[in-house]
Amino acid sequence: MTASTETGHPNVLAKAVREGLFAGVIAFFMFLLFVGIETYQDINNTLVWRTRWGLLAVFVAVAAVGRFLTVGFIKPHIDRRKLAKAKSGVLEISENKSFFHRHFLKIALIFLVLYPFLSLMIVGKQGSLKYVDNFGIQILIYVMLAWGLNIVVGLAGLLDLGYVAFYAVGAYSYALLSSYFGFSFWLLLPMSGILAALWGIILGFPVLRLRGDYLAIVTLAFGEIIRLVLINWTDVTKGTFGISGIAKASFFGIWSFDTGTTNNFVKAWGLSASSVYYKVFLFYVILALCMLTAYVTIRLRRMPIGRAWEALREDEIACRSLGINTVTTKLTAFATGAMFGGFAGAFFATRQGFVSPESFVFLESAVILAIVVLGGMGSLTGIAIAAVVMVGGTEVLREMAFLKVVFGPDFTPELYRMLLFGLAMIIVMLFKPRGFVGSREPTAFLKERKAVSGSFTKEGHG
Amino acid sequence: MEYFIQQLINGLTLGSIYGLVAIGYTMVYGIIGMINFAHGDIFMLGGFAALIVFLIATSFFAGIPIALLLLLMLLVGMLMTGLWNWTIERVAYRPLRGSFRLAPLITAIGMSIVLSNFIQVTQGPRNKPIPPLVTDVFHIGDITISLKQVLIVIITAVLLFAFWYIVNKTPLGRAQRATEQDRKMAALLGVDVDRTISITFIMGAALAAVAGAMYLMYYGVASFNDGFIPGVKAFTAAVLGGIGSLPGAVFGGLLIGLIESLWSAYFSIAYKDVATFAILAFVLIFKPTGILGRPEVEKV
Repeated sequence: MTASTETGHPNVLAKAVREGLFAGVIAFFMFLLFVGIETYQDINNTLVWRTRWGLLAVFVAVAAVGRFLTVGFIKPHIDRRKLAKAKSGVLEISENKSFFHRHFLKIALIFLVLYPFLSLMIVGKQGSLKYVDNFGIQILIYVMLAWGLNIVVGLAGLLDLGYVAFYAVGAYSYALLSSYFGFSFWLLLPMSGILAALWGIILGFPVLRLRGDYLAIVTLAFGEIIRLVLINWTDVTKGTFGISGIAKASFFGIWSFDTGTTNNFVKAWGLSASSVYYKVFLFYVILALCMLTAYVTIRLRRMPIGRAWEALREDEIACRSLGINTVTTKLTAFATGAMFGGFAGAFFATRQGFVSPESFVFLESAVILAIVVLGGMGSLTGIAIAAVVMVGGTEVLREMAFLKVVFGPDFTPELYRMLLFGLAMIIVMLFKPRGFVGSREPTAFLKERKAVSGSFTKEGHG
Repeated sequence: MEYFIQQLINGLTLGSIYGLVAIGYTMVYGIIGMINFAHGDIFMLGGFAALIVFLIATSFFAGIPIALLLLLMLLVGMLMTGLWNWTIERVAYRPLRGSFRLAPLITAIGMSIVLSNFIQVTQGPRNKPIPPLVTDVFHIGDITISLKQVLIVIITAVLLFAFWYIVNKTPLGRAQRATEQDRKMAALLGVDVDRTISITFIMGAALAAVAGAMYLMYYGVASFNDGFIPGVKAFTAAVLGGIGSLPGAVFGGLLIGLIESLWSAYFSIAYKDVATFAILAFVLIFKPTGILGRPEVEKV
């Protein structure tokens, strides 16, 4: 391999052509049945089939050309860059950063605070509904969930595949308590968090003896159990129909966002009626919740308990021999992560006005975990970037009406949303196995704080 | 009593299918220490391959004998999913081998999402029913056994025997066991580790394809999201039996099948999956490495 890159291109190109052809043949057989044949039900509802050779040819061509380009051009290019970097001796994490890089967090925060106003100014009230709600709030919910899970996975190194269970506990706590007892959002928000944390402890306690992948499967099982109970306990949860008409959050009890009430926010301020004010308000609520999560995470990392979490991730045996109680340490990580999931759940319930078990499937857990890992476990900035890219990216896909012009009117981009999401997960992992932000800021340091490569941190055994 | 035996037979059938899928999970886990989340979707692909082969074969040769048709469905399904799993391992898992532990887990979850959505996009989101293939039933006293149940159990038993033979008696199996115990040492002693791992993936996929085809035959319907629930249950079976242990996977599969059918028969059908998962959690609390798993000793 090294010989061929040094002697020149013909060798590489010949190899690329060979590999490309090989990939084409493989792709032909792989897609022969699933793409080349289409099964559908005819008028009599019996299953019949027809061929789609054109589409099959496209798939084969894409595979062959893609492999050809990867082997012939992309891989040599990456290898050359790696070689040049290794020769120059500059570490990946350099000291001199650009202005944007250094002040990235401040810029991002200012942008987030101004975001609803910017969108109101640029696209107006009706247009900004979409930008504030579908993009802003949606992404921030995932940021919050991912930061919550980050405490469990990124800091304590416990692989939790059922995080969505706590999200569900939070959402249903709010939905049920507000519709049965009429409590307000601001009372139930902390309560949902506490209930979720309680569930974190209940579920965490028996499984803490387990390690690694055993822990993963049991958390997955608990996630499924909670979802199945929500589906089947129809007397309370109304099953798959879900709970609708969940009360809106009020402006700290001062103004209400329900139309027709005397202390209506819009009336009180003499504004024209629009639902956008409520959305903007919710945007700031979730932004504040996110900031709370980040603040707590950053502070906890410097406290004994946070250091114990990270120590546990690095080496459990060493921790035990130093007298750290691994059970309580793990439990607090589980409970803290669950609490933020519960907050996010309560917020989700009030934002949607409707909850059903459909929202809490395993796929959601997988998406949240993917965001944590893609962002670079333990890095808050990286996780936020990953949430923007992955969630925002799939939301953008809904907007791509112009693709209909290219692919014909039957083309529905939403159909490809999860497909592309999955592909993006794979591709990002292949190119950046350590996530988007590959550096870490240690909390304990000698003389000066230096970022270290993420590959120095361990991931824990569960 | 008849009712109990009836449920036992149903559970055994279901358990055979879970066991076959569980072997794929447990082998991959044993050999590279990774949860292959896409394995459930490989099972689903196997079912779809069988479905499409069934449609093509019956439309070209109307009077094709059932035995030949079944054989064709199984063989094409095995080849197809073997090819898919080989490619998936090459593309998504091999580049990340030796990288950190969660990276291949995430690509596996990504692959699972890709596979089920790929089938949804290319074959449509609706359930695909096929006419019943095997309809004969036997009556022994009050107990009814359908031929397809007998077929499923027999095919599973034959495959398990073949599989046991490969793993325990052939050079390939020796290479697999060596790779499982110590990958680096095996490589130093001349075992082609990459090839062994590839073959493991192909073998796991072939078993999953058979399970997929039998699932299709048993229930008569295929759907793009069929991979998840049976996949999770098979994985549960593998963990219950002790992940990494082959007899454990089969045992766990049968156990899960029995729990499921007996629970739905005597308690409530709605909570059968809750029962399965609760028993998993319960067993792991008392026996953290599964029923037949070896305790993992960590040395400093």
